[in-house]
Amino acid sequence: MRRWVDTLEAWLPKLVIAPTFLCCLVFVYGYILWTAVLSFTRSRMLPSYELAGLAQYQALFASERWWVALKNLALFGTCFTLIALAVGLALAILLDQKIRAEGFIRSVYLYPMALSFIVTGTAWKWMLNPGLGLEKLMRDWGFAEFSFEWLVDPEMAIYTVVIAGVWQSSGFVMAFFLAGLRAIDPEIVKAAKVDGASMPTIYRRIIIPSLRPVFFSSLLILAHLAIKSFDLVVALTGGGPGFASDLPATFMYSFAFTRNQIGLGAASAMMMLMTVVAVFVPFLYSELRRGRRA
Amino acid sequence: MPEKAARWAVYAAAILFCLYYLLPLFVMIATSLKPLEEIRAGNLLALPVDPSFEAWAKAWSSACTGVRCEGLRGYFWNSVSMAVPAVLISTLIGAFNGYVLAMWRFRGSDALFALLLIGCFIPFQVVLLPMATTLGYFGLATSITGLVFVHVVYGLAFTTLFFRNYYVAIPDELVKAARIDGAGFFRIFRRIILPLSAPIIAVTVIWQFTQVWNDFLFGVVFSSGERQPITVALNNLVNTSTGVKEYNVDMAAAIIAALPTLFVYVVAGKYFIRGLTAGAVKG
Amino acid sequence: MAALSIRNLHKTYSGASPEVLKGIDLEVEHGELLILVGPSGCGKSTLLALIAGLEPMTSGEIRIGGRVVNHLPPKDRDIAMVFQSYALYPNMTARENISFGLEIRGVARAERETVVERVAQTLQIEALLERKPAQLSGGQRQRVAMGRAIARDPALFLFDEPLSNLDAKLRVEMRTEIKLLHRRIGATIVYVTHDQIEAMTLGDKIAVMKDGELQQFGTPQQVYDDPRNLFVAGFMGSPPMNFIPVRVEPAGGGCGVRLESAGRSYLFAAAGKGGKLGGCIGRQVLLGIRPEQISHGVEARTGAAHVHTAVLPVNLVEPTGPDTLVLVTVNGRQVTCRVHPAHAARPGEDMAFMFDLSKAVFFDPQTGERIA
Repeated sequence: MRRWVDTLEAWLPKLVIAPTFLCCLVFVYGYILWTAVLSFTRSRMLPSYELAGLAQYQALFASERWWVALKNLALFGTCFTLIALAVGLALAILLDQKIRAEGFIRSVYLYPMALSFIVTGTAWKWMLNPGLGLEKLMRDWGFAEFSFEWLVDPEMAIYTVVIAGVWQSSGFVMAFFLAGLRAIDPEIVKAAKVDGASMPTIYRRIIIPSLRPVFFSSLLILAHLAIKSFDLVVALTGGGPGFASDLPATFMYSFAFTRNQIGLGAASAMMMLMTVVAVFVPFLYSELRRGRRA
Repeated sequence: MPEKAARWAVYAAAILFCLYYLLPLFVMIATSLKPLEEIRAGNLLALPVDPSFEAWAKAWSSACTGVRCEGLRGYFWNSVSMAVPAVLISTLIGAFNGYVLAMWRFRGSDALFALLLIGCFIPFQVVLLPMATTLGYFGLATSITGLVFVHVVYGLAFTTLFFRNYYVAIPDELVKAARIDGAGFFRIFRRIILPLSAPIIAVTVIWQFTQVWNDFLFGVVFSSGERQPITVALNNLVNTSTGVKEYNVDMAAAIIAALPTLFVYVVAGKYFIRGLTAGAVKG
Repeated sequence: MAALSIRNLHKTYSGASPEVLKGIDLEVEHGELLILVGPSGCGKSTLLALIAGLEPMTSGEIRIGGRVVNHLPPKDRDIAMVFQSYALYPNMTARENISFGLEIRGVARAERETVVERVAQTLQIEALLERKPAQLSGGQRQRVAMGRAIARDPALFLFDEPLSNLDAKLRVEMRTEIKLLHRRIGATIVYVTHDQIEAMTLGDKIAVMKDGELQQFGTPQQVYDDPRNLFVAGFMGSPPMNFIPVRVEPAGGGCGVRLESAGRSYLFAAAGKGGKLGGCIGRQVLLGIRPEQISHGVEARTGAAHVHTAVLPVNLVEPTGPDTLVLVTVNGRQVTCRVHPAHAARPGEDMAFMFDLSKAVFFDPQTGERIA
């Protein structure tokens, strides 16, 4: 009897984690395979499992709308990431200056993270409303010629998403950078001051370079957010005007769930996955190499 | 004195940024309190002449979200009945998982953890179609139970990560001492590990609640009609193209949708930070 | 029947890693305190973990109180353990910490209270019982940890470097307390430490380990006076034993060793070592001689067979209070001598030293094994 109980004890940890492991296997990796299979079929309204080779991928890259989505992803991704990094770093450096009410100010910078992207999109959609929003405000203040029609301008619509996205996510980047700044050994800064360097120089030559790891992890998280962006676009522009501000995520939803083109949707989803992998694999590889060398 | 000027510049910049972040909130609140004529006549920053909560009442109980015109009230409770179980279940399971991965390592447990972690980073688009098919098969396609299930499954990776990183900092010797004292797997968890877990439970619950409440993608794909969560209802409300656009109702609705997570942030935010930086055991 | 008996114990961690324990044989009698001592990585903590049942063994046998415990989990082995970091449950008071093991075994509350009171009295921690670990000092926590072990009244106590986390002064105090406690409750203890002073002062028996093997097993005095190899000789004793490479030459019917320093040359006869050392004439061996065996010249002792005098220039002088350590060079090696502070010369000066070779030991320079 005792032996049996002890064997059970030894297996308990594995038993406890098994359900989660199974869930991961099935609902993450299994589903990815399933979607991959779907992307090789001609499924339209319902899944069919008749293989059709790369037909869906060909259709994907023949679609003008997909190319618009990809172009938008590149534009949005780059602008969003770079601006959020810059703003986040600036905010962190500001907060690192030992100002009063730092806690309060920090929570002001961070609260947008607590909001749903839908709420953010709704708010900014109103603020950038052509006619009643920012444009009217500027005109009321005397800038009679001011016009801000980005929301309905096919060329500029995607940049409104950048504005709203940066507003929402830069606080998060700031938190990362602030933690990195706080982790810097104050003795190094003291040594630099004794050596005669001014604060801007110290920031430029010593502090910011030592934040390299934080840059990389923030970059990763921002890139990841950009690739997944769906809620924000839906609320802010609806993908419009037309599909001028479409992103791969909205493309996928549209074709898979409203246009009864499951196969095409699956193909676009797989492309999104491959983009994420393309971003993360080099990072993981360099991390592992560094780990092995260390 | 450049020192003093520099200080003033820093404060000025900090305050300017504060305004940038607070602006949308202010505009939302101000707009929601104005009647439509005032909105059209005035501009974004104008304060309401005669603040009224009429738009709020409408947003709560009679605004149109697509076919129905019953306001956000029902959808608010949908979100609640979805978020509470999802958060509780994923936190509980995450705690046990973190406990196993940190203190009962076995061969392959690290690889398992890595697999789980990778799952955090996938774009959810690649699981939507199969999950829709699966939920449909089990008759859960447009139910709150289905949503809870989805949120639990895809929240497990994060909750496990939080707990595992926290428990890893607890010295192994505590578990060894308890084993020699005669305690088994569950007793050790209940009597020793759990009492030390308050900070990380706070972090996990706050994070999970925010993620689940604010989610839109799963909501819009896996629910429909009167079972939708509030984020989906809000989007429908704002994008309904029938009739006149009622900006004040839109703003009121947005704030209602944002209130729970904002409330959690304001009240519990410092516990979140404290939990992230807390160690479990001293000495 | 021994309290603890270990036969041919082997341990390899899974994978291609080397063997951590390479066949350990040990016996501990009832009421004895066995010290496991050695440098880090020698396997002593692994051995303790195997005795406790916290790790599975690869092969071998462990008996506690005559019972084979190879496959029993820790809770069934009738043992208690005191850890280096005390491992007190942070959310429980000292009282609850001490009675936790009893509680799990279903001991009635009244009896638990009695045991806690008794234990607290023995360790003088009655006033601390309601406090939580965070409110106790290092020494107090250690006592509570010992209380937790004593409360279980086990057949075997395991101590895993319990004093390493304490500061030097507290360590000395606690060392004495542990020794007194041992006398008082007559427990059987296996005690792991890397500190050879703790090993000497606390142990009834010492097991010196290196690289997973037992180097020597015996009483403290045996291990100190009669080391089996170079490692044990150099490990025990502080300041450590001097190792001087010397050439064995014939001397006065037996053999002797040549020492040279600053142009002077001496031949010391090694009385009583003739037999074993005789076979090494003409070869280089290592002479092991402890600092306290090289002292200042004392008139009364000169002339004894094993006492020899040499005049050597002093390199460095290190006063320690009760003695002064004088560093000289012999045969190209730095040698430490322990002299009375009043007789120590100054650096650069010549001084007469008395070498007492009665306790000297000789080692093979290649194998490290003891020759004589």
